[in-house]
Amino acid sequence: MEWLERNVPKLVLAPSFAAIMIFVYGFIAWTAWISFTRSRLMPRYELDGVTQYQRLFDAPRWDVAMNNLFLFGGLFIVISMVIGLMLAIFLDQKIRAEGVLRTIYLYPMALSLIVTGTAWKWILNPGLGIQEAVRGWGFETFTFDWLIRPEMAIYTVVLAAVWQASGFVMALFLAGLRSVDTEIIRAAQVDGIPTHRIYSAIIIPTMAPIFLSAFIVLAHLAIKAFDLVIALTGGGPGYATDLPATYMYAMAFSRGDLGQAASSAMIMMMVIFAIVVPYLYSELRPRRDQ
Amino acid sequence: MTSNTALRWGLYGMLILFALFYLMPLFVMLTTSLKSLEEIRTGSLLALPRDITFAPWAEAWSTACAGTQCEGLRPFFWNSVLMAVPAVLISTVIGALNGYVFAQWTFRGANLLFAAILFGCFIPFQVVLLPMAQMLGLMGLAGTIPGLIFVHVIYGLGFTTLFFRNYYVTIPQELVRAAKVDGAGFFRIFWSIFLPISLPIITVSVIWQFTQIWNDFLFGVSFSGAGSQPVTVALNNIVNSTTGVKAYNVDMAAAIIAALPTLLVYVIAGKYFIRGLTAGSVKG
Repeated sequence: MEWLERNVPKLVLAPSFAAIMIFVYGFIAWTAWISFTRSRLMPRYELDGVTQYQRLFDAPRWDVAMNNLFLFGGLFIVISMVIGLMLAIFLDQKIRAEGVLRTIYLYPMALSLIVTGTAWKWILNPGLGIQEAVRGWGFETFTFDWLIRPEMAIYTVVLAAVWQASGFVMALFLAGLRSVDTEIIRAAQVDGIPTHRIYSAIIIPTMAPIFLSAFIVLAHLAIKAFDLVIALTGGGPGYATDLPATYMYAMAFSRGDLGQAASSAMIMMMVIFAIVVPYLYSELRPRRDQ
Repeated sequence: MTSNTALRWGLYGMLILFALFYLMPLFVMLTTSLKSLEEIRTGSLLALPRDITFAPWAEAWSTACAGTQCEGLRPFFWNSVLMAVPAVLISTVIGALNGYVFAQWTFRGANLLFAAILFGCFIPFQVVLLPMAQMLGLMGLAGTIPGLIFVHVIYGLGFTTLFFRNYYVTIPQELVRAAKVDGAGFFRIFWSIFLPISLPIITVSVIWQFTQIWNDFLFGVSFSGAGSQPVTVALNNIVNSTTGVKAYNVDMAAAIIAALPTLLVYVIAGKYFIRGLTAGSVKG
């Protein structure tokens, strides 16, 4: 009884811990193992070296997917940060109706990426969408057909993703701007330092942690962006807008190539780790002030 | 002073321009869903509907074809409800208890354990997709709603634990110590001290989990069967359905229906939605 009482906290955690050990770590180990086998339709367990990874790096489609990830991810992160920071600074200027504007900027984050993709697919379709609408205003030669052009389609994914996430970055930055010590700002104003200098020299440097977490969230979203591509372009035209996530899904569920699916999933995980582990490490370091 | 006024005008101009950018897709979805196909073909994307019709909404809800099944979004909408409600409740309860332990009943190795659970928030789910499909088959849950509930609970635990842990850690440990001296046990203290003050964080957790689970597509498309698909998967099927004429108005009505629950949550409890997003992002 005494023992039970002392160990209640551990017993409460035990099921979650067991679940995480199996369904996160065990499953990662399983996928890692499969990535070193010749598994096709069914999992096979005899090891076969790195042939799956060689096949992966030789596949032109994977090449496209990785290039798209860096192109899409880079643009998505940079543009969302720039728009987010800009809107946050603008909204911080004692704007009337700030609440309404904030609500409008942020609502896309509540939507499913499938909904976002469906909406933008309709808006961007060259036949009846925005291109036709602008032509209807008299700009007969206006062309905006990125959705159906293989070399441009990936930018429509960027557009829709920025639309979805930039308001959220704005909310993060706005919270950061508001948490800067007002005493320092007032002192700077009294000293006659112009507003843009106050931002660039005092406020923004103190927000470094927020830049970092915004970056982590956006990078995370970019690597996981699967739904949006499926709904907006279906990975096409051809496989021009494939991302690692859609490649993995295609191998796992339509090509029946478990080995390729597993090895591509492992690469995705390594990309995320390269970004997240240093961050997690710095977050979880025991701090004296707490 | 005049240059200042001009600056002010420019500022408002930019803010309104961006507001229009964010609102445009919603506006287009809504107006398209209220137009007839004839009007869509002859009119402009950005024009208001001339003759408002609700037929596309009725079709999207009850007769549109998702693949071979022509019952509209309705059955899938209920699938999502049946999936989301239990998954949200279970993961929140477990997260609350876990968070309570990590914040107030720490033991040697607890930090490492917390890190191990937190880590689960960061993995790309692709890395567990294949074994989970096998596991659900072994458990007899493949293609079922309980299977989806199970998956969402497991991979939502990290976040709910994080929310509650960060909330409870601000409560002084002396409180627990004093209650222990008075002879109260683990659950008693949770029930009479922690639970009564937990409403804000429960709200954050419920909203976060509901939004995540309702909007999920990857697990839905990977693990559901013909009768258990969630609404996001059905929406994608309706939009990509190749049978018959492309009914853009029905697609848009279906998209709005699928988005309505989470949009409502955002409008009603926006404050908590944002708090969840930032809490989930500051460490997740």
